[in-house]
Amino acid sequence: MIAIDNDTEVKQELLEVSMGPHHPSTHGVFRMNVLLDGETVVKLKPVFGYLHRNHEKIAETNSYLASIPYTDRLDYICAMTNNWAYTLSVEKLAGIAVPPRAEYIRVIVSELTRLINHSCLAGFLLQDMGALGTPLMYAFREREKILDLFEALTGSRMMHNFMRFGGCRCDLPPGWVDGAKTIVAHFGPFLDEFEALLTGNEILRARTEGVGVLSGALAVSAGVTGPMLRASGVNYDIRKVDAYGAYGKFAFRVPLGQRGDVFDRYMVRILEMRESLKILEQALRELPDGPVIDPKAKLRNLRPKPGEAYGRIESPKGELGFYLISDGGPTPYRFRVRPPSLINVTILEDLCLGHSVADVVVILGSVDIVLGEVDR
Amino acid sequence: MLGSGIIRGFIETARNFAGSYCSRERLTTIQYPEERLAQPESARIMPFLVFDGADPKAGLRCTACTICEQECPPQCIYIIKDAVKKPDHIGKMQMQPKVFDIDISVCMGCGICAEVCPFDSIKMDQVFELSSGERFNTFLLHKEQLAKPNEYFRKLHPSDAAETDARRAEDKIKAEAKARAAAAAAAAPKPPSSPKPGPPPKVPAPVPEHAEVAT
Repeated sequence: MIAIDNDTEVKQELLEVSMGPHHPSTHGVFRMNVLLDGETVVKLKPVFGYLHRNHEKIAETNSYLASIPYTDRLDYICAMTNNWAYTLSVEKLAGIAVPPRAEYIRVIVSELTRLINHSCLAGFLLQDMGALGTPLMYAFREREKILDLFEALTGSRMMHNFMRFGGCRCDLPPGWVDGAKTIVAHFGPFLDEFEALLTGNEILRARTEGVGVLSGALAVSAGVTGPMLRASGVNYDIRKVDAYGAYGKFAFRVPLGQRGDVFDRYMVRILEMRESLKILEQALRELPDGPVIDPKAKLRNLRPKPGEAYGRIESPKGELGFYLISDGGPTPYRFRVRPPSLINVTILEDLCLGHSVADVVVILGSVDIVLGEVDR
Repeated sequence: MLGSGIIRGFIETARNFAGSYCSRERLTTIQYPEERLAQPESARIMPFLVFDGADPKAGLRCTACTICEQECPPQCIYIIKDAVKKPDHIGKMQMQPKVFDIDISVCMGCGICAEVCPFDSIKMDQVFELSSGERFNTFLLHKEQLAKPNEYFRKLHPSDAAETDARRAEDKIKAEAKARAAAAAAAAPKPPSSPKPGPPPKVPAPVPEHAEVAT
């Protein structure tokens, strides 16, 4: 109750709005309970679980091999990195070595996945700001070319089911490396074009700069990982920290943001794509010959010794980890996914407080969630 | 200048718009279903069963070993073994499925069944226009609908089929040779009367030039 003068009283109420689960800006079935004071967000509660598929429990009843196709469906834009995180943890659990060619192929497909994810994210972010279609379609056009490569390699455009314990399912088909080189060569000019379209745009700047600022300290204490953490200026990239796979052999830099706002998050991803292109050029040039899978590795009837393992990789969205406990049986005793999307979205309220409803949409877009991974 | 970024952006969209009329790079869409893109050889949608020869029942490669049934991630394969055995391509008696059903409304097309099949029997099909108004019986495929001739497999996956055919032909030759040897051993318990090749003629061992001759 605010007294304007002695005679009149203006009644002021907070309005509770349920954004989603069927809202085009929520990138899936995600709901935000927003408490509004006029246009300003006072309270925000993320609600998820609409896409729960019981992934962890299903994996505990299936064999180790049968869980690989399910991991494709976690973050359905980046199936390759999901495969890698899972196979990495099983390899740790069972002590399986990976031949060098397979490590290189894994790096190549994962970096191509990163290009897909980041370019699509930029497109979706602009879509959320109201640039309907154009940037997203340009990103999708480039994504299609990479998906064609993936289809020729794995047989499926999105659900690749490509990696196996101890390597990859099949070798690269003839002409694949040349196709990949062509795409990598064309992707740099596309990024230049994309940036000319977007980065200097005054509307984009006005909508993103100073919006949804995430401090480095909060990001670290909340467990935020990936481009979102690096946009807040924290230098933590698992490709550098763990140097898993063949990443220790490549020269690349880790782009960092300064302010941690939406614009930094956008810019870090654009710069990461440029670094991915560098990794791809090196990996495609130095791709060694040899087997793509350890011939001693068992696919069926894998029974790792009792124990536990946590394998993690830098997926395009952050730290994707699989924690497995084996009791010596044919199925994992415990199968836990550490999804970057879920943990990155937990701080949504801190980012959105004090901003308007239209900014909530942009901030959610910059967090980069995929509901398949949030809900599992 | 305020607005210069927007103008630069418009130049890019104009370039893409104009380019979509003259450059294949910028116009990537096609008019499905009138135009269709060829699928790559590795494309996989759902499984089918391969049979050799003309008879889908006699030539079915499946031996009802149920490995695919055990490994199928969404558990959409259902097999019942038949009591009657039938010979396979090398003449060995093998089990055969009495019932082999795949619920393709559950199948997620991962291809693990084709990967683990030790008899080259289950392979991945590439048909994708499978929609139907009927929910139940259309999508439960039985052995009869699943069985496709080897020529079909050759057409879909030429290099995989060539490798499989070569391996199976080799198996057959090996099995025939083994059978002949076994038959010969069984038919002739006493040594054959054919003249044995004589011992090789003795050739004096050549003396190495540098060898010292003993005196």
